[in-house]
Amino acid sequence: MKARQLDQDRYYAGVPMVSYDLIKELVLAVVASGVVVLLFALGLSSPDVPSATIKGWATADPVDFVTTATSELAGTSPSASYGPPYSDGSDSVQAIGPFAPQRWAGNSIHLDAAQEFVLGPLGTVSADDPTLSQAIATYEGASTDQQQAWLSAYSDALANATAEDGSVKVAAGQYGPVPVLTAKLLSLARSGTLDGLLLASPRFYQTNYTTPLLFLGDGTYFANLAEQQHLLGSQWGMMNETGNYPGQSWLWLYTLWYQVPPFNTALNADLLVILTMGLLTTLLALVPFIPILRDIPRWIPIHRFIWRSNDW
Amino acid sequence: MDSPATYVHWWFILISLPSLLLILGMVVLFAAAVLARFPRHGALVEPAQPQEAAVEPIPSDSNWTRRLRVALARRWPGRQLLPDRQPRYVASWVYLFGVGAIAALLWIVVSGVILVFFGPVWWHVTSAGRLVNSIHFWSVQLFFVCLVLHLWGQYFMASWRDGRALTWIVGVAIFVVAIGAAFTGYLSQQNLDAQWIAVNSKDAVNSTGLGSFFNVLGYGQMYGLHVMLLPVAVISLVAVHVLLVRLRGVVRPIDHPAKVDRADSGEVRQ
Repeated sequence: MKARQLDQDRYYAGVPMVSYDLIKELVLAVVASGVVVLLFALGLSSPDVPSATIKGWATADPVDFVTTATSELAGTSPSASYGPPYSDGSDSVQAIGPFAPQRWAGNSIHLDAAQEFVLGPLGTVSADDPTLSQAIATYEGASTDQQQAWLSAYSDALANATAEDGSVKVAAGQYGPVPVLTAKLLSLARSGTLDGLLLASPRFYQTNYTTPLLFLGDGTYFANLAEQQHLLGSQWGMMNETGNYPGQSWLWLYTLWYQVPPFNTALNADLLVILTMGLLTTLLALVPFIPILRDIPRWIPIHRFIWRSNDW
Repeated sequence: MDSPATYVHWWFILISLPSLLLILGMVVLFAAAVLARFPRHGALVEPAQPQEAAVEPIPSDSNWTRRLRVALARRWPGRQLLPDRQPRYVASWVYLFGVGAIAALLWIVVSGVILVFFGPVWWHVTSAGRLVNSIHFWSVQLFFVCLVLHLWGQYFMASWRDGRALTWIVGVAIFVVAIGAAFTGYLSQQNLDAQWIAVNSKDAVNSTGLGSFFNVLGYGQMYGLHVMLLPVAVISLVAVHVLLVRLRGVVRPIDHPAKVDRADSGEVRQ
């Protein structure tokens, strides 16, 4: 192996050298960037739109909340029918022909939407509530066909539901115990209790918000909040930020694909975009070895402004 | 500032005014850095003379420590690691974007360590915490601005020439890992933005099959990755990148008359 200093001395042979202070340059850069950052921080602060809560959802839009809870019971919500890694469904599985990496690790989280979002929390508070206990027993004791008949009828009725004094009113119908279940769940949600119940686990500590976030994501209330902040994928949301702040501008190309054909109408858009970006990132890393891409800097003479020949 | 921004809608492009101003600012800054004359250097200094005799040979004995020490000293001699001279052609503002990114990274780490120390709720409920978070936020913006401008600059200088391809590849790796670090940071904010990014991004992560191992809805996992593993990865890659730059030196101008005989050798003919 050749000594590196020797290599570099040879590389610089014949090149005029000037004095240079690397440490001073670094210190000046740290001070200057610190001043810039501090001025922006003091002058503009940082974004912090408060988080959405189940309580806020149930209070602001009880019909949407009850409609979502009903779809969780029926197994028709996005989360209930998602597929891996949350469930055994397939509605959200993305594939390119037989290539479906989403299935490779299987249903690892095992989310039972009806139990996690509705029946589990209700069961926790049913001990002192005979009406609720009876409703749960009736629902769980019914056949699957009977449950689906109640849920289907109730879902149809919710399309014309109204919210009155914090409760949801629907036309009379054959809904079995479902209205009792959803009314109690709505009550729990409006009091803030459901926010905690959705995080309940056999362990004392909790850092996993998968359940409440999936529940929030199944309704339209949460998406409406995001839309107001221009965060939806169709709004270039990945490079937007809440409030009046710059977002993740570095994701502009990633976000761009979702706005143009064929990605913007593809059911497997996420997989297509990720593969596309993976390919482009690989090309970027391998630019030194790719003809044309590595030659462009010679053709576009920006380098002649960076290196002026009288400096050589 | 927490009210929704003004958005510019042109053709199929929808962009917030702050993001648009940032991107336009980057283009203007890059153009200015390319076109503006850099202050004239000081006096010329004598170039170092190759001195083969001064290079200690790697010992042939069985002492691993001595062999490692000598090998490191040969690869990264002191005056190459901390140089006090550089080629006169290094005379452009474009060269400062790299050190700017490192400086911003330092402020990210400093503010991040303070945020970690006081916990993830602190910055939501105290003015001091909000200030530190704001420093963290704007440091990240500055870091990516400098990183991208550094990438633009190095691309148009074709800085991978003369055996520097690995330096370029590590630079791209820094960009990719830094995006992951920023992503987990956005997920760790504990506000509406974090909630929506988690819910919206899960589909993309799940589509790759990684959702079973990298659960964007699992706050503890994302927070741990953001404050520990990913910063260590970014800092390590930056260290490797800087060492490679110091190892190879600054690449010669594209039209420089000296030619390299063999890309990796460092040997030149005039």
